Amino acid sequence: MTLEFWISQIFSGVSYGALLFLLGGGLSLIFGMMRIVNMTHGSYYLLGGYVALTAIWRSGNFVIGLLCGALAIAVIGVCEWNAFLKRLAGQELGQVLTTMGFALIFQDLALIIWGGDPYTIPVPAVLSGSIQAGELFFPVYRIFMIVVAVIVAVVVWLVLDRTRLGAMMRATVDDPEMARGVGINVHVISMGVFAMGAVLASIAGVVAGGFVGIYPGADFEILPYAFVVVIVGGMGSLPGAIVGSLMVGLLDNFGKAFFSELSYFTLFAPMAAILAVRPTGLFGRA
Amino acid sequence: MLDVQDVHTYYGDSYVLQGLSLRVARGEVVGLLGRNGMGKTTLIRSVVGFTPPRRGRVVLKDRDVTGWASNRIVGLGLGLVPQGRRVFPSLTVMENLTVAARRNGGPWTLDRVLDLFPRLRERAANRAGKLSGGEQQMLAIARALMGNPELLLMDEPTEGLAPLLVREVGRIIESLKREGLSILLVEQNLPLALGVADYVHVLSRGRIVHSSTPDDLWARADVKSQYLGV
Repeated sequence: MTLEFWISQIFSGVSYGALLFLLGGGLSLIFGMMRIVNMTHGSYYLLGGYVALTAIWRSGNFVIGLLCGALAIAVIGVCEWNAFLKRLAGQELGQVLTTMGFALIFQDLALIIWGGDPYTIPVPAVLSGSIQAGELFFPVYRIFMIVVAVIVAVVVWLVLDRTRLGAMMRATVDDPEMARGVGINVHVISMGVFAMGAVLASIAGVVAGGFVGIYPGADFEILPYAFVVVIVGGMGSLPGAIVGSLMVGLLDNFGKAFFSELSYFTLFAPMAAILAVRPTGLFGRA
Repeated sequence: MLDVQDVHTYYGDSYVLQGLSLRVARGEVVGLLGRNGMGKTTLIRSVVGFTPPRRGRVVLKDRDVTGWASNRIVGLGLGLVPQGRRVFPSLTVMENLTVAARRNGGPWTLDRVLDLFPRLRERAANRAGKLSGGEQQMLAIARALMGNPELLLMDEPTEGLAPLLVREVGRIIESLKREGLSILLVEQNLPLALGVADYVHVLSRGRIVHSSTPDDLWARADVKSQYLGV
């Protein structure tokens, strides 16, 4: 248990937490703010990665891939919300069944289009390799993940907290009927929040594609982590999503390092303990 | 300005408004009186589109707005001061005002609204949920004005306020009336309503049972005791 061990494990945990923040932050907007239990969130992650992969194959450009993935998922999310989810406000069971159905459809579609082989998104040369500090190696790509998460967190915070649009979003969450009563087009605002959350999931998928790869089943593998982040952090809270994802990232990493057979236990036991003490999560509002 | 024509509104199965008609002319203040549960708030909700009527028509500025989405109705020139204030608690005072702002060439700017409610200027950065009841009521009125409405719906703006604040709200309604705003005012406070209104209707069980000038109603002891409990 050297100092190097701790530093590199913490670094791994934080960078994994950054990835989880991208995914969980989006889910927190959709699940926490809009109260839609969205089982399709993992599919946005998977499809975002696949679409970006295809775009990168065609264009050879990582950024174009990221934008194509985000755009495709925004369109899919908006269509799904418009056609189905907006009619299911407050009906959790209907939401779970509908979004679960979509998740299964998307899973099969992805299998038909991209096949069963695992892929890794080709990473630009500047993001590959490692930075060496003494005896420690820090992969550049993991640093990139942390940077992306920080940028996304700041942008989301600025939009939600510092703009009139963000205030309209929060007003819609506070009291949708009264938001209409002051002239806010709640329909468009809700669609925007949903699209924003879906886009975050697709960014997570692209970033993860260069890290753990994209493969059939990645959607359902990552989904529980996203829900843990949101539930531990508190629904609809951005600081909650940050703290929640860091916690989950670190717990998962150290759990796997110390008791690899029990890694799910080390993840879910603290979640159960937190929920027992604070049922609304660390930063959640009742 | 507003023409409510034979409106029938239900909450689920309960039949609340049973064929109600009234008009508010431009620049007129119309008072709506009646005991609790007689349909006053339901009428407000029917006009703003929260609970659209099943039969009848709501005509605002010569446009049939029955069944429109509330934000469209509001956009046409309606301001709502709802029962229970319903400020957005997690937004700051300033945000509560700016989300409702609409530039349509009307007279109300943020500065003018804050001049009318100096207290809100002091508390601009506070969360609306932390305000006192009186301050929230002022904010609810200020928020409605930010949309530059031509018709203001006010649902019990003095409910739960201390006497001093009730007088303050009364003065504000007077001044809005002088500005030429049309107002449909639901109010339990009889002296206040009769003082400011040009015309009053008394509601009972989803129907209008008495319509007159305030002076005539003041003289009708039978109507007051039967329908208003005074």
